[in-house]
Amino acid sequence: MSVQILMPALSPTMEEGTLAKWLVKEGQAIKAGDVIAEIETDKATMEVEAVDEGTLAKILIPEGSEGVKVNTPIAELTADGEEAGAPPPAPEAKSERSDQASKKDDAAREPVSSPVHGGGGSLSEAKADGGGASPSPSKSRTATPLNREEAAVPWGEIPNGTKTEIQTVREALRDAMAEEMRRDAAVFLMGEEVAQYQGAYKISQGLLDEFGPKRVIDTPITEQGFAGLGVGASFAGLRPIVEFMTWNFAMQAIDQIVNSAAKTLYMAGGQMGSPIVLRGPNGAAARVAAQHSQNYAAWYAHVPGLKVVAPYFAADAKGLLKAAIRDNNPVIFLENEIVYGRSFPVPVMDDLVLPIGKARVVKPGNDITLVSLSHSMGLILDAADELAKDGIDAELIDLRSVRPLDTATVIASVKKTNRLVVVEEGWPICSISSEIAAQVQGDAFDYLDAPVMRVTGKDVPMPYAANLEKLALPSLDEVMSAAKAALYR
Amino acid sequence: MSKTATAPSGNAALLTQFYRDMLLIRRFEERAGQLYGMGLIGGFCHLYIGQEAVVVGMQAAIEPGDQVITAYRDHGHMLAAGMEPNGVMAELTGRSGGYSKGKGGSMHMFSREKNFYGGHGIVGAQVPLGTGLAFANRYRDNDRVCLTYFGDGAANQGQVYESFNMAAVWKLPVVYVIENNQYAMGTAISRSTSETHLHRRGVSFNIPGEEVDGMDVEAVYAAGRKAVEHCRKGSGPYILEMKTYRYRGHSMSDPAKYRTKEEVQEMREKHDPIEGLRAKMIAAGVGDEAALKAIDKEIRDIVAGAAEFAQLSPEPEPKELWTEIYA
Repeated sequence: MSVQILMPALSPTMEEGTLAKWLVKEGQAIKAGDVIAEIETDKATMEVEAVDEGTLAKILIPEGSEGVKVNTPIAELTADGEEAGAPPPAPEAKSERSDQASKKDDAAREPVSSPVHGGGGSLSEAKADGGGASPSPSKSRTATPLNREEAAVPWGEIPNGTKTEIQTVREALRDAMAEEMRRDAAVFLMGEEVAQYQGAYKISQGLLDEFGPKRVIDTPITEQGFAGLGVGASFAGLRPIVEFMTWNFAMQAIDQIVNSAAKTLYMAGGQMGSPIVLRGPNGAAARVAAQHSQNYAAWYAHVPGLKVVAPYFAADAKGLLKAAIRDNNPVIFLENEIVYGRSFPVPVMDDLVLPIGKARVVKPGNDITLVSLSHSMGLILDAADELAKDGIDAELIDLRSVRPLDTATVIASVKKTNRLVVVEEGWPICSISSEIAAQVQGDAFDYLDAPVMRVTGKDVPMPYAANLEKLALPSLDEVMSAAKAALYR
Repeated sequence: MSKTATAPSGNAALLTQFYRDMLLIRRFEERAGQLYGMGLIGGFCHLYIGQEAVVVGMQAAIEPGDQVITAYRDHGHMLAAGMEPNGVMAELTGRSGGYSKGKGGSMHMFSREKNFYGGHGIVGAQVPLGTGLAFANRYRDNDRVCLTYFGDGAANQGQVYESFNMAAVWKLPVVYVIENNQYAMGTAISRSTSETHLHRRGVSFNIPGEEVDGMDVEAVYAAGRKAVEHCRKGSGPYILEMKTYRYRGHSMSDPAKYRTKEEVQEMREKHDPIEGLRAKMIAAGVGDEAALKAIDKEIRDIVAGAAEFAQLSPEPEPKELWTEIYA
């Protein structure tokens, strides 16, 4: 009986990878545990071991294939003495890949696509051409189509006509750190696995080679210790970038962040403060359950003395990280594991520095304002496309920072659209959206034609089961329902 | 007085400085206690009375540019670091003339100029911070050393050992000065601590440690010189366990029922660091009663002036509420 060897998932968030190399040949006998292939994810090159014994009958995916989806059969194994089975259907990986060029952005969280969430792919360019946006006959005006390439670039903050290049958020973050380390010898990076391992999520790839072990420092697993050490070094005038492998682990360090980093400037009557950047992935990844899937945006946004940044697009990630490193205050920089691998256009500039504390209108619109941040931006981008089908012209705002929180931009938008939906991944109680709702009712009460609608993570610890996890997170359906409720449709 | 070769331990100027500095702390703290009783100082107020020899001996062992950080029993450290008594006392009364303009209070005071990095209110939190100051020295390849003070209570905090580990791995120039006054608030060390010889706490990190009579300023100074030199030449961290004693409660609101009056009395009578030094100086002919009395008078005047300044200095302007939150 033949056994199919499937493309394995090598991390919680991996959806596809490159089959870099076959280490066995067709016809070769294989024992369980033999290393048979090398697979590259966006984070690492991993070895694949055989689980079953037999003879490698057929290689189905040749080496060098990119974009091989998890669970695609990659080879066939027969028990000794058997013949190889009939040739399998041609692998789909190649063709899917070419359809998908440079649109990792659209890779939905769920490997099993939900009907509304992209169906495996590429909403973006069809929509950008206006092809998908058929206005509902009942509407008198058509919606401005969402151009995702435009939305990804902070055009209002950089010179018109600046060239862009496609980069992953991961690369943009790495470049931001490298540029700032070249610029200022007081900047250094420390954290678990940032140096020799090149970063648990490969954000610090190449930095050890360029800057050496004095400035790219592997720490022991000791969050409270190295966070405090970083804050102390910042008191002395250095500019540490402290990476938490994820923000979940920074709970061990939250006393140093809040009591030592955030408050010292005030307690010292201005004599000394903490110019430190604390960064790492925040929020739910995929299937890592309650202790590894928390969103800290609202937690840190609560603390005077901290600045809190949570970008989505690569350009914002780069420009805001550079700003954070130059800032004389402690900056909490919230990244997102799922977003790391997404590709966006990034302006090619010597020095892309963006303002902390400014939201960005990523798509103008007249009918309703959708506000979000970080990974959840993906939901409102999709929602804008869906709403456009009904002729509803949504204005999209990426908060980018949550402290300072740029409610002025949100309020200006509400005064135009009169309707507001805020989408965030974190818990609902005392959240970013509850704060925005409070401020909008205070400053734009008379402009609201409907209650402020909120779509948040559910008020539960993150469950492990795939279906429950999906229910716990905000969904496109929920955003659409909220938008329609605000529109009384 | 000529440079005395007769003084058995150190030169006359140094002993006189020790005496003066310890006395300043003692009188300052007594006055702070009085002002607290009058309602002029609020909140928590942790007095250093009894432990003066530790900080005075250690501060004499460092050089300008070396850094100091400690916890909330910090008034003595600030005075020993050369900060102005007026500014410290005015911070205790919450006035604009205080080191933090009245916004920090007893537990949170800093001086960039004197390299005093606080003044931290969370038990043990200053230990990673001090380790980070030492890290900055190493990063800059200078030969500065950081003194990181903490107590026997903080010695049971996990972050202390996280710091020990990093300091040893990276050979950071930090002297961990454990002020073992034998009570973590109301809990005697024997009730809370499996290894009560705290200088041994670095053993599993390969950090050398030493027990020192913290009631003897000369012993502290000698041990401090050695430890600082060890750090300054790049040999990594060093632990000094100072056996000391606080006469007053943990804070002003602590009646100290967890120990006997006799125990306190015994320490005051037989081990007082100031009386001990005074007797030694007179015996060695370093100072006579008249000279020491003159110092006493000078200190009383300084402290009286500080208390007056701290009461006359205005409260901070209401607008100060909103300043210095961001740089």
